[in-house]
Amino acid sequence: MKALRAIFAATTALCAATAANATDLEVTHWWTSGGEAAAVAEFAKAFNATGNNWVDGAIAGGGGTARPVMVSRIIGGDPMGATQFNHGRQTEELIEAGLMRDLTDIAEAEGWKDIINPPSLLDSCTVDGRIYCVPVNIHSWQWLWLSNAAFEKAGIPVPNNWDEFVAAAPKLEEAGVVPLALGQQPWQNSGLFNVLIATLAGPETLIQVYGEKDVEVAAGPKIERVFKAAEDARRMRKGSNVQDWNQATNLVITGQAGGQIMGDWAQGEFQVAGQVAGEDYTCLPGLGVNEVISTGGDAFYFPVVDDPEVQKAQDQLASLMVSPAVQVAFNLKKGSLPVRGDVDLATANDCMKKGLKILASGNTLPDVNQLNTEDTNTQLNDLFVEFFNDESITAEDAQARFVDIVAQGD
Amino acid sequence: MANDKPFQPFRNLNAKIASIPMILTALVIFVGCTLWTIFYSFTKSKLLPKLDFVGFDQYERLWGTRRWLVSIENLLIYGSLSLIFSLLIGFLLAALLDQKIRFEDTFRTILLYPFALSFIVTGLVWQWILNPDFGVQHAVRSLGWESFNFDPLYNANIVIYGVLIAGLWQGTGLVMCLMLAGLRGIDEDIWKAARVDGIPMWKTYLFIVIPMMRPVFITTIVIITSGIVRVYDLIVAQTGGGPGIASEVPAKYVYDYMFQSQNLGQGFAASSIMLLTVAIIVIPWAYLEFGGKRRG
Amino acid sequence: MADSQVLTDTAAVTGPFGRRPKPIFSRRNIMLYGTLIVIAVYYLLPLYVMVVTSLKGMPEIRLGNIFAPPVEITFEPWVKAWSEACTGLNCDGLSRGFWNSVRITVPSVIISIAIASVNGYALANWRFRGSEVFFTILIFGSFIPYQVMIYPIVIVLREIGVYGSLTGLVIVHTIFGMPILTLLFRNYFVSVPEELFKAARVDGAGFWGIYFQIMLPMSLPIFVVAIILQITGIWNDFLFGVVYTKPDTYPMTVQLNNIVNSVQGVKEYNVNMAATIITGLVPLTVYFLSGKLFVRGIAAGAVKG
Repeated sequence: MKALRAIFAATTALCAATAANATDLEVTHWWTSGGEAAAVAEFAKAFNATGNNWVDGAIAGGGGTARPVMVSRIIGGDPMGATQFNHGRQTEELIEAGLMRDLTDIAEAEGWKDIINPPSLLDSCTVDGRIYCVPVNIHSWQWLWLSNAAFEKAGIPVPNNWDEFVAAAPKLEEAGVVPLALGQQPWQNSGLFNVLIATLAGPETLIQVYGEKDVEVAAGPKIERVFKAAEDARRMRKGSNVQDWNQATNLVITGQAGGQIMGDWAQGEFQVAGQVAGEDYTCLPGLGVNEVISTGGDAFYFPVVDDPEVQKAQDQLASLMVSPAVQVAFNLKKGSLPVRGDVDLATANDCMKKGLKILASGNTLPDVNQLNTEDTNTQLNDLFVEFFNDESITAEDAQARFVDIVAQGD
Repeated sequence: MANDKPFQPFRNLNAKIASIPMILTALVIFVGCTLWTIFYSFTKSKLLPKLDFVGFDQYERLWGTRRWLVSIENLLIYGSLSLIFSLLIGFLLAALLDQKIRFEDTFRTILLYPFALSFIVTGLVWQWILNPDFGVQHAVRSLGWESFNFDPLYNANIVIYGVLIAGLWQGTGLVMCLMLAGLRGIDEDIWKAARVDGIPMWKTYLFIVIPMMRPVFITTIVIITSGIVRVYDLIVAQTGGGPGIASEVPAKYVYDYMFQSQNLGQGFAASSIMLLTVAIIVIPWAYLEFGGKRRG
Repeated sequence: MADSQVLTDTAAVTGPFGRRPKPIFSRRNIMLYGTLIVIAVYYLLPLYVMVVTSLKGMPEIRLGNIFAPPVEITFEPWVKAWSEACTGLNCDGLSRGFWNSVRITVPSVIISIAIASVNGYALANWRFRGSEVFFTILIFGSFIPYQVMIYPIVIVLREIGVYGSLTGLVIVHTIFGMPILTLLFRNYFVSVPEELFKAARVDGAGFWGIYFQIMLPMSLPIFVVAIILQITGIWNDFLFGVVYTKPDTYPMTVQLNNIVNSVQGVKEYNVNMAATIITGLVPLTVYFLSGKLFVRGIAAGAVKG
C-alpha cells in the first residue's frame, strides 16, 4: 500500500500545484480491500489530472454498511459528488424521486450506446429512456478459484470442473486442507448458490426463477439438483472459520483451502499477493461446467447538486470513467472486465482473457442484482447463510423456503 | 419536595421555557418519530417512505419469517440472562468491594474500565479471544489438552452465550458501581444492629439491605434493559449474526431490512413490534415509578 | 456517599466501623482477595490480549497463541494504526479522525449536559402540569433502538437545515443523551434538602437564580458522572458519526471501523488492536483518572429514586 500512497500523494501534490481553481468532488464507495483500493486509485489519479480534486469517501464494511450512509446523505439534502452503487434495482426509487442527475446528454454526446458492451449494462442505468449512471466494470460471479499448491499437497491433479472438485474433497481433507473456502457474510452464501443455479441448472433456469419468478421451476427438479449440489458444498466448507470474502480468498492463496466460488473480484486479491494465474492458482469460469458469466458490476451515480462548478466536475468524472485508458487501468487492477469492447487488454492475465472470450462469445446472463430487488436478495441471504451453516436443514426444507421467497418477490 | 409545587404561572413559565428542549425531544422525536414509524409500517415503502397502504401485510410477513423468530428468541435468552447475571454479578462484586478492602480503587477501576470501551471494541476483542484457531481453544490445546473444544462463536447452539460473555464483561462494571453506591448509602447502624441480633451476613443482605436498595435496582434495571433492547453493535462486531442466523437480534433485523434490503415497511413493522413490547412493559411501570404522586 | 472517601482511606487501619478485627492472613482475607484477584484477572485479560497483540509482528501472531507475551516488541502496528493504515485512498490512519472526534465530543458533551441538567432541575423542583408525562416519554425513548430513528431524524434535520453539519450531530447527541442524563439529574436534585430550596424562594430567588446560585455549585459529583458518561458515549459513537457527517468530519470510530473492516489480504490483528486501544484511550483515561468521583457521583444521582 505504500506505493499506492506514494502515487496518490504525488498526484495530489501535482494538482495542488497546477490547478488553482480545482473543484473538490467527494466520491463515496465501499472499495477498501487491497485490489479494490488500488483500482480506485486509478480513477482518482485520472480525475486529479483533469485539474479537479478527488475527495475519497471510502466506507468499509461492504455495501450493507455503506449504502444506508449514502442514501441518508442523498435524502438528507447534503449529497456527495458521486457515489458507487451496484446498478440494478438498488437506486430505482432515488431516480424516481429526482435525486439523481440525468446523464443522457453526456451519454449521447459520447455515444455510450455504441461503445458500451454488453448493452444490458446501459439498460440497467436507464429509467424511462434516460440514463442515470456510468457503468465502470463488468463483474461476474461464476468462477471457481483453485489453489494449485493445495492439490499438490493432497497429491491429486487440479480438477477441471465442479464434479471433479467434489470428488477430490475427501483427499483434500485427508491432507488437512479445507476443500471449499466460504466466509460468513450472508451475501457470499447466497452468491454461491446462485452460481450453482447458473452453472448446474443453466442461465435460462436462473432467469426463469429470479427474472420471471416462476414458482414451478423453483420447486422443480432442476433446482432440486442444485440443492443437492449445495449440500455437497456445505460439507466441503466445514472448517473455514472466516468472515470476509477476501479472508476466504486468502485461505486459497495460502493453500489452506482447496478452492473458493467467488466473483472475479477475487482476482485482484491473487494479484496483490503476487500470484500468477495458471501457475499458482487455477480459475474455472462457470465452474468448468457451463462457461457463462453474468454481467453485473459497479456503476457510479451522480446526485443532483446546485453548484455549477461541482456539476462540471461531475461531467468530467462521468466521461473520464468510460474513457479507454482509464477503463484499462482501472479494470486491470480491479480484476474485472472493461465495459467497452474496443479497448486493448493485452496485459490481461489468463483468467481475464478467459472472461473476455466468454464475453465476446455472448454467453452472458444478467446479474442477480438486476433481476431481484434487494429485499428478495436479503431474504435469500438469510436462507442460505442459515442453510450453509446448519447441517440439520435438509435440502427439501430449504427448497420449500426458497419457493416461498421466489413467490413473494416482485 | 413534598407539596411545594409552584402554582404561579410566571414561575412555571421559566421552568417551561427551560424544558422546551425536553418537550420538543419527547414530542417531536420520541412520540412523533414513533408514530411516523408505526404509520409507515402499514405501507409497502421500499427505499423511500411512500404512502402506499397494505394493511397488516408487513406484520404477517414478519411473523412468518424465520430470522425474526430466531431474533426474538435470542433477545429473550440474551435479555433475561444478561439482566439476571448483570444484577447478580454486579451486586456480588459490589458486596465484595464493600468489605473494607485494601486497593479498593484499583479493583474498582479494573472492573469498570471495560465500560469505557465501545461495543464494537468489545465485540472485536472477544471475537478474537473466542476464535478457535487463535484464542482460548488454541491456547488450551497447545498446553497439551488436544481434545479441548471451546468455540462458542462457531457453534450455532451456544453462540448467544459467547455474546453474553462479552456483553457481561463490558457492562457489569457499571452495575457494580451503581450497586456499590447503593451499599454505601446504607446506614452503618443497620449492619451493627443486624450483627447484634446475630443475623448472618447473607441474610442481612438478602432481607434487609437489598430491599432498602430498591431505587438503585430500578435505575440499574432501566440502564441494563435499554441496553439489551438496543443490542446491535456487539452482535455486528462479534458474530455478524452468525453462524448462519444463530445470533441475530431484532435491532439488527430492523437495520438490515430498512437499509440493506431497502424495505422500509418491513423494518418499520419490526421496529413497531419492538416498541410495542417495550411500551407494554415500560409505560405502566414508569408511570407508577416516576409519575405517581409519591413526592409531588 | 461522602463515606466512600472515608471508608477507603480508613480501610487499612480498620476504622471504628470495622466489623471485626482481622489479621492480614485470615481465611476470610485469603478468600476475599483471592476471589477479587481472580475476577480482576478475568476483567484484565482482554486488555492484556489487546496490548500484547498490538506489540507483536504478524508472523508471531500467526504462530503463537494470543496470550503469550511478545518475543520481539515492535511499535510498528501503533505507528501504522495512527498514521499509515489505509481506507480506500486515505492512508493516514486514525490521525485524521482524532481532532474531528474532539470537535464533535466537546460541544456535544457541554450542550447535552447543560440541557439535561436544567431539565432534571425543572422536573425535580419546578414541576408543572404534564412534566412527568414528558419525563415518562423520555424514559420510554431510552429503549428505542437508534436505528429506527435514523430516517425520521434525517428528515427533521433536513427540514431545519442542519443536516450534515456539526450542529446537526450535536443536536442528535443531545437528544439521545437526554433520557439517562435527565434521569440522573432529576434524581440528584430531588435529593437536595428542600429547606435550601425553600429558603432561596423566600429570599426571592427565581428559577434561574436558584439553579445557578444554589443547585449548580453543589452538584459537582453528578456533573462528573454526566461528563464521564457523555464523553464515553459520544466518543465511542459510530452510527451517528457515519450517518450524520461526511468524510471530512468523520470521527475516529468511523476510521476505526474502516481500518478494522478494510482487510487487505490478511487481517492485521496487531494493527487492529493498536487502533482499538488508541481509539479507546480518551475514555479510558477519563475513567482511570476519575473513577473515584464517578462512584461518588453515581451514589448521589442514582441511589435516591
